[in-house]
Amino acid sequence: MSAAVVQTRLLTVRSLRRLSRQPALLMFTLVQPLVWLLLFGALFQRISALPGFAAGRYLDYLTPGIVVMTAMSTAGWSGTSIVEDLDRGVMDRTLTSSVRSTALTAASLIHQGVVTVVQSLILLGIGLVAGARYPAGWPGVLALLACTVLLGWAFAALSDAIALAVGDQAALIAVSQFLTLPLTFLSTIMIAPGLLPGWVATAARYNPVDWAARAARESLTSRTDWTFVLERGALLAALAAACAALTVTAYRARRRGR
Amino acid sequence: MPHPPAVEAVDLVKTYGKGNRAVHALRGITFHVAPGTVFGVLGPNGAGKSTTVRILSTLAAPDAGHASVAGLDVRRAPDAVRRALGYVSQRPGFDPMATGRENLMLQARLQAVPARQARRRTQELLGRFDLLEAADRLCRTWSGGMQRKLDVAMGLVHDPRVLFLDEPTTGLDPQARRELWDEIARLARHEQVSVLLTTHYLEEADQLADHLLIIDDGRIVAQGTPQALKAALGSDTVRLELPDRGQAEQARAALGALPGVSGALADETAVSARVADGVDALPGVLAALRRAGVRAGSVAVASPSLDDVYLHHAGRRFRETVPDVPTASTPGSTAASASTTAPTSGGGGREQVQA
Repeated sequence: MSAAVVQTRLLTVRSLRRLSRQPALLMFTLVQPLVWLLLFGALFQRISALPGFAAGRYLDYLTPGIVVMTAMSTAGWSGTSIVEDLDRGVMDRTLTSSVRSTALTAASLIHQGVVTVVQSLILLGIGLVAGARYPAGWPGVLALLACTVLLGWAFAALSDAIALAVGDQAALIAVSQFLTLPLTFLSTIMIAPGLLPGWVATAARYNPVDWAARAARESLTSRTDWTFVLERGALLAALAAACAALTVTAYRARRRGR
Repeated sequence: MPHPPAVEAVDLVKTYGKGNRAVHALRGITFHVAPGTVFGVLGPNGAGKSTTVRILSTLAAPDAGHASVAGLDVRRAPDAVRRALGYVSQRPGFDPMATGRENLMLQARLQAVPARQARRRTQELLGRFDLLEAADRLCRTWSGGMQRKLDVAMGLVHDPRVLFLDEPTTGLDPQARRELWDEIARLARHEQVSVLLTTHYLEEADQLADHLLIIDDGRIVAQGTPQALKAALGSDTVRLELPDRGQAEQARAALGALPGVSGALADETAVSARVADGVDALPGVLAALRRAGVRAGSVAVASPSLDDVYLHHAGRRFRETVPDVPTASTPGSTAASASTTAPTSGGGGREQVQA
């Protein structure tokens, strides 16, 4: 077990070091959410006058959802580095050394967690500058970060597992195209629950992105329903764990050879 | 045998795909590698070389047959096999966004080498592969030759007993290739590391391999020491240039009378003859000429080449094509060493089937 912990630390340091040498990559992933946040925030600012919006300003409502959406879409590209490693000889070298599959999986998720936290804080800061308010303060922000990281883990692990199984960047593009946008719109990220058409509301109930978006919004309100946040957090944790198990399995399948 | 073979492969079979589209990468390959030797696997692209190495290094499962590395079964004890082997893929296996030292340190630590020892080993390998000067620069700025040396060094961080090198010098310029050859030869001679290397360069196989396996289309076509393989084809040719005119017939008669010499031929200024082993026969040949009062100018011994061996067994020419790509310092290009694969298929229309 301790070998796996040491390996996890070493691999995490490697990927964070790589990130720190190419910080621009992290910034690129923020461009799109900024457009959503600032453009949609301005475009639809009067939407919160509609019945069904509890929050006073639309930006207050939108910001946590955009944070969640960003975590999901960034995490969806996590498998890219695995595809790169497969294309180069890095994965072959890794799989022929004594590295544990659990360590490889954990390192990727810790890396993703760090990225998610940094991105989320940047977006929350920009939201704040643009006029959003988070009455719950730091406890709420921490709860939001936890939910967001859990969602990021689920998508990163899924992305990693697909990358390992298919070994092809095209598969990852398909995932992000066919998964992230529909999941965003089949949720309450943009629009209040009460205003969703019936079938969308039904779909949203089973949509993990919506679990995270609702929990994130709830965390930031002035009177947070912590039971609600914990319930959604537990669901997200279970999903993340299932996806991580899938990644470990995918590593082991690669190791068994084909 | 006092020691178990470093590598043993018995009846390895591997097929990719099914039915009409099945690619028979290996059709039953059996060999063993003696400890502390360099074992070469020679064949054109698509012959099954990489598949063989992938099975031995636990990256692929054989459909039939079994294999062991350092006495450990690759299917039953893959973890132990991984500790015993170092694997250097055809493609670059380092992180271009890390320095050479960081790459070596990480690899050593991942292979469970304790931190202090890993630092020492890293320093030692950087020195041995002449990489100290560039050690703390990002690897993507290194030349192709340096990157390849780093790949080999990374395979050695944990003192493996068996090192697999899959086409280690493909795409390297001649000087970088020769440097790597020297280091590989040294590993086997002085550190008792058993090396299995695949190559499609005849010259590389000839220079490096103590024992050679020639495969084609998933089958072994010949194996033995390079010398034995060539000797098995028959005789060397000794050819002597004669500076003094009119002595050719005398010289031919003198050579023809020697035991073990056959087919002595003379033209105006030279005489040639076939012998079993040219170098062995040379002193006798020169002595006979001296006795006959013939002065020899230059002397040449021509052995059958590995190309002749390949032609003999596979029924067609190997047609070595060495792409002497100048890969010297190309900052920003990360994969100069792996991007070139020489089209060496002799039969035409053969595909690469490595997974």
